[in-house]
Amino acid sequence: MKRTVPLIIAIVAGFVLLIANFIPFAEDWGLTAQEWFNILAVGAMILGGGNLVKLHLMKISGQRKGWGYSVVTIGCFVGTLIFGLFKIGVHPNEIYPNVGWSGYYLEGGSGLWWIYQHMIVPLTSMMFAMLAFYVATAAFRAFRAKNTEATLLLVTAGVVLLGQTYAGVWLFEGWLPESMQWLRFDHLTEWVMNIPNTGGTRAITIGIALGVVATSLRILLGVDRSYLGQD
Amino acid sequence: MDKSSEASKNSNTLIWGIIFIIGAILLVWSMSTSRTGQVWVTPEQHAFTAGADGKYSATDTPSSEDIAWVTYNVVPDSELTQEVIDSGSATLSWSRTIGLWLAAIFTLFILSFLVGDNPAYKFAEAMVVGTSAGYVMVIGIWDVFVPLLLGKLAPGFVQTAFLPGMDASAGTQLLYIIPAILIIMLLFQLMPSGGWISRWPIAFFIGITAGYRMIGYVEADLVAQIKAAIVPLWVTGENGFVFWPSFNAVILTVATLSAMIYFFFSVEHKGLLGKTARVGIWFLMITFGASFGYTVMGRIALLAARLEFLFGDWLHFIPSS
Repeated sequence: MKRTVPLIIAIVAGFVLLIANFIPFAEDWGLTAQEWFNILAVGAMILGGGNLVKLHLMKISGQRKGWGYSVVTIGCFVGTLIFGLFKIGVHPNEIYPNVGWSGYYLEGGSGLWWIYQHMIVPLTSMMFAMLAFYVATAAFRAFRAKNTEATLLLVTAGVVLLGQTYAGVWLFEGWLPESMQWLRFDHLTEWVMNIPNTGGTRAITIGIALGVVATSLRILLGVDRSYLGQD
Repeated sequence: MDKSSEASKNSNTLIWGIIFIIGAILLVWSMSTSRTGQVWVTPEQHAFTAGADGKYSATDTPSSEDIAWVTYNVVPDSELTQEVIDSGSATLSWSRTIGLWLAAIFTLFILSFLVGDNPAYKFAEAMVVGTSAGYVMVIGIWDVFVPLLLGKLAPGFVQTAFLPGMDASAGTQLLYIIPAILIIMLLFQLMPSGGWISRWPIAFFIGITAGYRMIGYVEADLVAQIKAAIVPLWVTGENGFVFWPSFNAVILTVATLSAMIYFFFSVEHKGLLGKTARVGIWFLMITFGASFGYTVMGRIALLAARLEFLFGDWLHFIPSS
């Protein structure tokens, strides 16, 4: 019951999707299975939200170090949920103005829009932007042209970085003969991205695809059962 | 703490103190000379009247029986003149103004991590976690849960209450009780005991993912990439052989094959195989270098956008976007 039923569920669900791709009358099965998958994914989000609240409530009740930040997290989580689920500040859809809840939940000027625009966007984009500093400083410390491989990485990174800026054009302006224009960083970047980078990326992509196929087959054939846990 | 680290800490505090004072002076100066951190809006009336067939249509002359509401449009800085303000057509939006200030403050909170971990950054971090989790959940519920689950189990209710445009002719589809039950089983993960019950929906997840990914990767990555890699190495044009396209095709093929050989670990990389794998590593290094360059530029573009927001939309030192 604890291990056999889940194993059968995984195998049947996987093969239904596989069959749906090859047998026309089973196509609808695949679509239904995908819909169920999407519904369950939302269930997983609810589980994640529940887990978040549980962990932070435990931290608050135990008054562990930094519990004040847990209050902020739960407050923001619950606030966002209330504004989003109750569509606070959302007007009805203009085609159905008599249906109060028919409007788009992220309508401009609504509560959730306000949270997204003034909290989520600045916070997350600034967090990602901060990586520019750390990637650059890490590169400055780690990049050393010690051997051929490191030199290739360093030179390519430099060319691609400069090639995407005005400096990549400006450095060669006025003195580089027409026949040597291909040496400009923007042109070199284009060539690097289209030829060697495409080749390397293609090899990695093919490798990943083969890995995914192998792992999927192991699951569908019941060889890999690690997702069932220990007991 | 030794004397040198204490001196370093003191000089850090001094530098940041000076930066904050300069920032505050600039802010006060900007507020006194411009509409720094203000968002002005113009109202837009929406009114709808019911026709004889029960359908609603927009009207410019609403009566008390009609449905009406007002939305607000932001007035761009370039259009916000003293005449516009004096005429009363534009009003200061307090909610958006507070939002703009909060967005700027939160941006600075995150930026403060450059000095080191601090309470302002931790506060902002806690907000990111809470709001992002809530936001993702709201999207999932309105985009998937309501139309795909509730809409199948109670189509009449969903059509009347939330999605009037939904087709409810298929009636209740009882088969969709299964995913509803699976969701309840999934939530058993939160219970102290009985966590094994959540294995059923997890197994469903794993099975669907395995089947879906297998087909998807074979189609989109494996077959498509192999197909794209098969290109003529001897390229000809109107005047016969063309050197550069041929050269590029050779490099592309060599890069793909040699990098794939590097990933082939079943045989020891010795002799010709070892040399080819070495060439593969070179191409992979070029790929990683290019990815690195692109990532850094992407992050710098994000940073530029945030600085543009701070100095443009908020402080009005530069034309706002």
